[in-house]
Amino acid sequence: MAITGIGVVAPGGVGTKEFWSLLTEGRTATRAISLFDATRFRSRIAAEADFDPHHEGLTPQEVRRMDRAAQFAVVAAREAVSDSGLEAAGALGAAGALGAAGPDPYRVGVTVGSAVGATTSLDTEYRVVSDGGAKWHVDYTYAVPHLFDHFVPSSFAAEVAWAVGAQGPASVVSTGCTSGLDAVGHAVELIREGSADIMVAGATDAPISPITVACFDAIKATSPRNDDPEHASRPFDRTRNGFVLGEGSALFVLEELSLAHRRGAHVYAEIVGFASRCNAYHMTGLRPDGREMAEAIRVALDEARLPVTAVDYINAHGSGTKQNDRHETAAFKRALGEHARATPISSIKSMVGHSLGAIGSLEIAASALAIEHGVVPPTANLHEPDPECDLDYTPLVAREQRVEVVLSVGSGFGGFQSAMVLAREGLERGTW
Amino acid sequence: MVSAVAVFTGIGVAAPNGLSTPVWWKATLNGESGIRPISRFDASRYPARLAGEVPGFDAAEHIPNRLLPQTDHMTRLALTAAQEAFDDADTDPAQLPEYAAGVVTASSAGGFEFGQRELEALWSKGGQYVSAYQSFAWFYAVNTGQISIRHGLRGPSGVLVTEQAGGLDAVAQARRRLRGGSRLIVTGGVDGAICPWGWTAQLAGGRLSLADDPTRAYLPFDAAARGYVPGEGGAILILEEAAAARARGARVYGELAGYAATFDAKSGSEQHLSGVPGLRRAVELALADAGLAPHDIDVVFADASGVPHLDRAEAEAITAVFGPRRVPVTAPKTMTGRLYAGGAALDLAAALLAIRDALIPPTVNITRLAEGLELDLVSTEPRPCPVRAALVLARGRGGFNAAAVVVGARPH
Repeated sequence: MAITGIGVVAPGGVGTKEFWSLLTEGRTATRAISLFDATRFRSRIAAEADFDPHHEGLTPQEVRRMDRAAQFAVVAAREAVSDSGLEAAGALGAAGALGAAGPDPYRVGVTVGSAVGATTSLDTEYRVVSDGGAKWHVDYTYAVPHLFDHFVPSSFAAEVAWAVGAQGPASVVSTGCTSGLDAVGHAVELIREGSADIMVAGATDAPISPITVACFDAIKATSPRNDDPEHASRPFDRTRNGFVLGEGSALFVLEELSLAHRRGAHVYAEIVGFASRCNAYHMTGLRPDGREMAEAIRVALDEARLPVTAVDYINAHGSGTKQNDRHETAAFKRALGEHARATPISSIKSMVGHSLGAIGSLEIAASALAIEHGVVPPTANLHEPDPECDLDYTPLVAREQRVEVVLSVGSGFGGFQSAMVLAREGLERGTW
Repeated sequence: MVSAVAVFTGIGVAAPNGLSTPVWWKATLNGESGIRPISRFDASRYPARLAGEVPGFDAAEHIPNRLLPQTDHMTRLALTAAQEAFDDADTDPAQLPEYAAGVVTASSAGGFEFGQRELEALWSKGGQYVSAYQSFAWFYAVNTGQISIRHGLRGPSGVLVTEQAGGLDAVAQARRRLRGGSRLIVTGGVDGAICPWGWTAQLAGGRLSLADDPTRAYLPFDAAARGYVPGEGGAILILEEAAAARARGARVYGELAGYAATFDAKSGSEQHLSGVPGLRRAVELALADAGLAPHDIDVVFADASGVPHLDRAEAEAITAVFGPRRVPVTAPKTMTGRLYAGGAALDLAAALLAIRDALIPPTVNITRLAEGLELDLVSTEPRPCPVRAALVLARGRGGFNAAAVVVGARPH
């Protein structure tokens, strides 16, 4: 299964190129929240995308009807399709970016992951119809006409499908913070079973809103390091004190390798394994031994027909909460044994924050680009290793090295644990 | 395991015309509707005032105390239906190999009433008054997560959001999990957003019926169709790999034999004007997936939008595949309202019981089909007739189409 197109909207810049520069230079895009007045909140920092939808080519009506997360997804989808070379098959227009002479639209599907949907628009609109929270019986006459599209985040998949002209299976996958991995895993499955030839898949979230900041404040999940936002996201560091909220989107064009070869498309990487498990433990808590994540890793490597020793780089969930980073370290040791100590690991959340459902897809993009460019992105802000996180987390500086196989993992509220394995195109794998 | 057969072995229902499968099914066959004036909030100031609310639901009776402060009403209904489904399937997932059981549910808008309370706390009092449970109690993955925890289900799980098409998409995803090696998946959907904020969002959609007479408000395919009435609830179903179910001597309601999903081009686009309608393609693909021909289908459970042009599109798709008035069509959701993520799951439950009882449940309140619709609508009374295979249709706003085929248990 080939990744032939990548589109990214991320903190630090729009576009795959900007995203990769930020990561490989080890720069951070976390800053004081500017999207709303966060003065009264515990955590007042976030990784924000500098995003002007008009500049990115959305029409005034598209901007009006779409939540920021949907706007991200449409822009990322267009970049991914264009990057994949599919656009060249036909002109942009009513038929969508895939073009009239492009692939059969009935055989093109869409899967968009999102953890919290249009929560930012809902927050804004609620404030108006309730007149600042004053009315339980909110005034419906103040509602915007597209409120229903914010109510049901399936509208995100509809927007992307319209934008690219897809008429195959379309859906939103919403499994909390593993949505980005699970949406792409789902898309791979749809191609494998024959339900689609091409999937435009990935994830988006734009959660930087008062309600989201407040709900993470309430459980002290986010970092209150408000006096030093650039260095607030510190996965695996002893001084870490929570994650830093982020936003963004990454979408991909996925297709069978044979189809990619037939049309001469560039292949960034292949997705060769995916698995997910639930911890059935707690909606937000993690079992310290990391056993479900370890199981997901084991099964994903099995599906990839690769031994644990083949893993060259682990793109970690690495959220920067005390609990997560220990859980994950335990999972890596449990799944990879001694090889866990020999493998560079990093968390891009140190640079682009934690964009909830979107981050899994941003991490897949980083994983594919690591293979493409032979570079392991670093974990920024990691100066004082936590003795309980005693693996090689690639502190501060990117490493140039051959990257053939990447393991990318995610962990989400609801107990979801997911693992995906990416490999260099054509890498020889076992036959057992 | 690609060929794994997926069979339904348990049904749990929370519906506006009955909490629990036997109560709901009896009411459904009797044509008893659960559409009534809204009681969950004072709807007098809103232009739509009817809904399908689950009657007689006392959360404390069904949900452990510690879960009450962290669950929205619709999650409590989902947990209740899941418990019934497990009891009905008479199985204990703890007996299965580790990671062999999971949960895949559909969601549409999450725990909206819970969300309204927390938004109110935020904007009227301040961020520090927002509940520690807000981070997950409203979100789309909440039912899957809570069911997974309550029943100790640690296998591959998921959540799909395609508005009202979701019930079928989730069950199809559950079948994929069985094909991937899982033994048992809890699936379906339970939904509901009957609170002022949710109501406002639904009103903005512009398709709610504004009628006050519960018998004249939701009239799909009728000449007087004027929109839909929303409801709450749905069904949770246990889907098992057939050989595993047989090995434990499970009672089997039927098999998920076929499924397909498509998406409609944007209305007015070139593709929209030239292509085969998405719903018809979904039906044809689902039949092919099941290895059945149109004449094998004994009943169609319609999506039944209640919006005239959407009713017409659905009727035309059915007629194009089956021929004019060639297959019985029914919409028992005329007794519940549209349940979003719960709607198609409840229709699947109805299809399975129609197979069991050889009885097609009726569509109520339809007095005169809209002109030009060539449907054999099962109206008013249940229709006795052997049901070997049923087709269930569902559409999600924005262009999502799904079709599923269920068949009676095949002899082995």
